[in-house]
Amino acid sequence: MSAEIQARFCLPRGDFRLEVDLCLPGHGISALFGHSGSGKTTCLRAMAGLERAAQGYFAIGNEVWQDEAQGHFLPPHQRALGMVFQEASLFAHLSVRRNMEYGQKRVQTSAPASERRFALPEVAELLGITHLLERSTRQLSGGERQRVAIARALLAAPKILLLDEPLAALDLKRKLEILPYLERLHGELSIPVIYVSHSPDEVARLADHLVLLEQGQVVASGPLNEVLSRINLPAAFVDDAGVVIEARIAEHEKDELTRLEFTGGLIYVSRRQEPIGTLLRCRIHARDVSLALVPQVQSSILNCVSGTVLDLAPTDTPGHVLVRLDVAGCPLLARITRRSADKLGIRQGLALWAQIKAVALLD
Amino acid sequence: MENAAYSQDLAAVWLTLKLASIVTVLLLIVGTPIAWWLARTRSAWKGVIGAVVALPLVLPPTVLGFYLLVAMGPNGPVGQLTQSLGLGILPFTFPGLVIASVLYSLPFVVQPIQNAFEAIGERPLEVAATLRASPWDAFWSVAVPLARPGFLSGAILGFAHTVGEFGIVLMIGGNIPGKTRVVSVQIYDHVEALEYTQAHWLAGGMLLFSFSVLLALYTLNPSRRKAL
Repeated sequence: MSAEIQARFCLPRGDFRLEVDLCLPGHGISALFGHSGSGKTTCLRAMAGLERAAQGYFAIGNEVWQDEAQGHFLPPHQRALGMVFQEASLFAHLSVRRNMEYGQKRVQTSAPASERRFALPEVAELLGITHLLERSTRQLSGGERQRVAIARALLAAPKILLLDEPLAALDLKRKLEILPYLERLHGELSIPVIYVSHSPDEVARLADHLVLLEQGQVVASGPLNEVLSRINLPAAFVDDAGVVIEARIAEHEKDELTRLEFTGGLIYVSRRQEPIGTLLRCRIHARDVSLALVPQVQSSILNCVSGTVLDLAPTDTPGHVLVRLDVAGCPLLARITRRSADKLGIRQGLALWAQIKAVALLD
Repeated sequence: MENAAYSQDLAAVWLTLKLASIVTVLLLIVGTPIAWWLARTRSAWKGVIGAVVALPLVLPPTVLGFYLLVAMGPNGPVGQLTQSLGLGILPFTFPGLVIASVLYSLPFVVQPIQNAFEAIGERPLEVAATLRASPWDAFWSVAVPLARPGFLSGAILGFAHTVGEFGIVLMIGGNIPGKTRVVSVQIYDHVEALEYTQAHWLAGGMLLFSFSVLLALYTLNPSRRKAL
């Protein structure tokens, strides 16, 4: 199942040039992250075969869909993929059910039974659209349309799911409505998902693997936290620097706080609704972390963990530096002024305390 | 005398409907691939082909009729071909009239269908491709159903325009009762013969027909008014 994805594309488009060489895991969600014009959508379209790179190679496991060196190129309709576009492109002339059956029917005539992994009622249930099946697509909200589009893609028995900013066209409320379904997919899908996004929050919440793109080039690719905790990323990504930690709800305390445990220690957040034991992803921005040589007991900041300095690097603003800490195996970034760094004598191996001013829970 | 005149009028009406129906079907068959190509091509020829298709909109019917007459005549290239195939010569026959009408009404069918295909855009076809539909499959299962209003407008306009043509009928078809004498020519004959009562019946019928067609087009399909 976990066949690796190899993607190499060289695709010139006027002034722009996409040049990527990626190896992505064959399971979980890989996010292609970058600002607009970074080439992330073009890269996804090249994977789908909607753009043909003159020099290109694309394979999932041992299935090669494109190998221009051999003159081999499978057109999109011969690739076992599912794709969801930024705006839900449901077919207006078909009902929700017929939309979902569109790809499913075509797979059943062309593929062996072993390739059919999902049944329509099951997928409708997974995405919470069972009650919409007989409706016309015009009667759906933006979030519902995207869920139908995802269901339709899944029913085409894909070996890979390509999502092109599926939430970008939705307002915040609709985004929040659809995110839990994407998380559910994350848990239930055995196929890899490539997720294009320019929203750091979405990436932090969903991705396992992160690819950073800038001007058509890959600047970083690796497991989510490994990439997020790099301190030598290009300036465009430094502003949002921060790490994601996965923490388990340990206890709901009496004073409306919830205690979370992660490998590096404890953090307190406002009271959560989820039961004890639930895993949550939290994002800690580098700018919300301050450093101290001794634990601050006389402080209003609740969350304080101890760690050691791994390294430090300059940021996009000359007066600030980015410090990378190791908190019992967990990376943590702190953005502090150069003056403070000099005053504290920050250097590799120094043990200190990190005060976390804010924890963003990703929901 | 009265009866004979009526039966001639009826024959003209029948012939007109037959001509317009056959021409409409042929126009959809010929016009759809042209419209598809014009809507999607990035070729430098798009402008040239588009202009050629649109020519009948501005040319006097006599000009088109004249060239067709020359081409389909005994010494013209088309005429020589049809003769060598044992089909005889097309001018002043019903098939000749059909061919001339198809060419003359082509823009009225191509343009609404082309507009409809352009309005659909690339996206639904890309979606269909990612759902395992081949281009041929996607054309029939996505592009054609989504372009339905364009096909409807094109068919109605093509039919109505064929019913309403006059000049090219005279040039290519002549005025042979039961063979090429359509309603518009019949009205002309009546007027020439000062048979105003019969001319009124036919002219009034045409007026009513044309109005009904346009009314249907505008009310059933308000978004396609631009097609005119």
